[in-house]
Amino acid sequence: MAKLTVQDLKKIKEDATKSIYLRGEKGNIRVIIHMGTCGIAAGAREVMTALMEEMAQNDYSHIRVMASGCMGLCSSEPNVTVEIEEQSPIVYQHVNANKMRQIFKRHVLMGEVQTDFALAKM
Amino acid sequence: MKKIRTQLMLCGGTGCHSSGSLAFREALEQEIVKRGLSEEVKIIETGCNGFCAVGPVMLVQPEGIFYQKLKPEDVPLLVEEHLLKGRPVKKLMYVEPASAQTIPKMNDIPFFSKQMFRVMRNKGVIDPEIIDEYIARDGYFGVAKALTEMTPEQIIHEVKVSGLRGRGGAGFPAGLKWEFASKSQSDIKYVLCNADEGDPGAFMDRSVLEADPHAVLEGMIIAARAINAHQGYIYCRTEYPLAIHRLTIAIRQAREYGLLGKNILGSGFDFDIEIYEGAGAFVCGEETALMRSIEGRRGMPRPRPPFPAQKGLWEKPTILNNVETLANIAQIITNGGEWYASVGTAGSKGTKVFALSGDVNNIGLVEVPMGTTLRTLIFDIGGGIPNKKKFKGVQLGGPSGGCVPEHLLDTPVDYEEIAKVGAIMGSGGVIVMDENTCMVDMARFFLDFIQDESCGKCTPCREGTRRFLEILKRICNGQGEPSDIDTLEEMAIVIKNASLCGLGQTAPNPVLSTLRYFKDEYYAHIIEKRCPAKRCVALLKFEVNPDMCTKCGACFRACPADAIIWKKKEIASIDKEKCIKCLTCFEKCKFDAIF
Repeated sequence: MAKLTVQDLKKIKEDATKSIYLRGEKGNIRVIIHMGTCGIAAGAREVMTALMEEMAQNDYSHIRVMASGCMGLCSSEPNVTVEIEEQSPIVYQHVNANKMRQIFKRHVLMGEVQTDFALAKM
Repeated sequence: MKKIRTQLMLCGGTGCHSSGSLAFREALEQEIVKRGLSEEVKIIETGCNGFCAVGPVMLVQPEGIFYQKLKPEDVPLLVEEHLLKGRPVKKLMYVEPASAQTIPKMNDIPFFSKQMFRVMRNKGVIDPEIIDEYIARDGYFGVAKALTEMTPEQIIHEVKVSGLRGRGGAGFPAGLKWEFASKSQSDIKYVLCNADEGDPGAFMDRSVLEADPHAVLEGMIIAARAINAHQGYIYCRTEYPLAIHRLTIAIRQAREYGLLGKNILGSGFDFDIEIYEGAGAFVCGEETALMRSIEGRRGMPRPRPPFPAQKGLWEKPTILNNVETLANIAQIITNGGEWYASVGTAGSKGTKVFALSGDVNNIGLVEVPMGTTLRTLIFDIGGGIPNKKKFKGVQLGGPSGGCVPEHLLDTPVDYEEIAKVGAIMGSGGVIVMDENTCMVDMARFFLDFIQDESCGKCTPCREGTRRFLEILKRICNGQGEPSDIDTLEEMAIVIKNASLCGLGQTAPNPVLSTLRYFKDEYYAHIIEKRCPAKRCVALLKFEVNPDMCTKCGACFRACPADAIIWKKKEIASIDKEKCIKCLTCFEKCKFDAIF
């Protein structure tokens, strides 16, 4: 009896692709947490943690999470920008862990812009 | 478990290890833990990235930001700015030497953007010590296809269609070699991988083994299926400890998955591979000598025929392919021979990996399609000659190859075209030389190497290379005679025609090709007793020309032996008793005042 069949090989490929997806082509959705000193002081770390927990729930290989710097509007931090391909990026303000979860579930996954939390369309 | 958002692809090739990537990695790991990022950011140690000149290098994914020349001191800044705050650190990025522009993304750097990756497609992308990552990049699907959907004849046909030629140097068509071996009748056959890379300045095989060892194993399994062999050996030199380490891991993982061993993928085909460590003799890169060495005897070539395809290792039909050749095989099977042949020239298909070294800005490994010109290779990808010096020549194919002067730089990379200008493709070593290189001295260096590595079995090579070296040494010492050039040319023909193996047959090449393009330098040494490049110590006086000295004192500051006598606003002179003839002052003097 062979240890591995061609089907097993395909299964391994499928699983392993998930662990190296970051190195391949760009995803079509980017979630950017603004983590300047001001952002971190206002709680951007908790937002990032919440987002990463959401990301771990499923195979979201089309979504890229990135940290970036301060936008210059420090009073509105923590800011999060959601960029969906072929749509204008939306910047959210005063995000906390719960808002982040809502933004992720409603906007990132389902495409509904959460106008209540939004700062601007860019 | 949280999801990883950033992967740090740190180069772990031998080049970057020696420039300090291990210390950097340790510091980086500690800092990531300290900053509480260990669940979001992961370090992946990859094989050689290719851009060895600026090592240690690291690629941050998914952004694709490329960092170079990393030191442990850079870690706190890098982690805080880039990983924590998302601001890429400009001062650690690549700066294009010509335009002084900073280029953040790897794919925008000319060194990378002008290459085409096939053999090196997984370099810097996967962790070579994890088989699953290789499988994720379509790894072992070539084996799956070859073993379950194709007959041996179809495999050989596909390789023949691809036009793949041996990348070790001779350029023999791989498919033809396999066909000969498949037609030989025997119960026992062998597949060998030649990883005895010995040319000075060539390191592509080592890098492929370090970055993508499974690709080589996969190529061997397919080759074994094509000729119906059940045992393979990888002959790798002991000087490549990291390559052997990663190969050992790769073989163990492949066995665990049943990709080596009995009944591979349920196809009923058995094949296994062992590593044989060679002691590093140059001649053991020659196929018959390599086989003798595996048999446990002294590595010496024997006359052919019989060719290894009929009688090879232990007198059984054997095929021997180079690392780079084998690394191409799986892709040829997966994508088809025609896909492979879609790139290249009429006689040379696919891509070739070159090891750029010597007087060139971007030292490292580059993979380009066949047909690319040497000028593109050296100036566009290699970034030209450092220190604003002029290009003089390029040695192709290591000691067995030849040099190509500037007016032939538009020669395309192609087995036949390169042979026409008097060099060889060889394993792909490219040693660039600037105007400060003495071509006679360069020929002497390579002859010294060849003479040292000659196994001594046949007289033309053993005695001929020794005589050659004697004459060259004499010329460099200022004792050359006008008849020496005729003697060299006459002997070259005998050594070429009468030597037993490739080592002797190509031994005169460095001399012949320098004689062809730089004969005036030989005459300058022999008749004028002068070394135009100021490299041959015996032909230099170590005196200062007072008319040309600008009294700058650069030589005084550089001299390690305090042999330069100089005071402000005075002409320098050299104390010959203290002078150790190290040539440092020659390099420092910008005005050619020392002769």
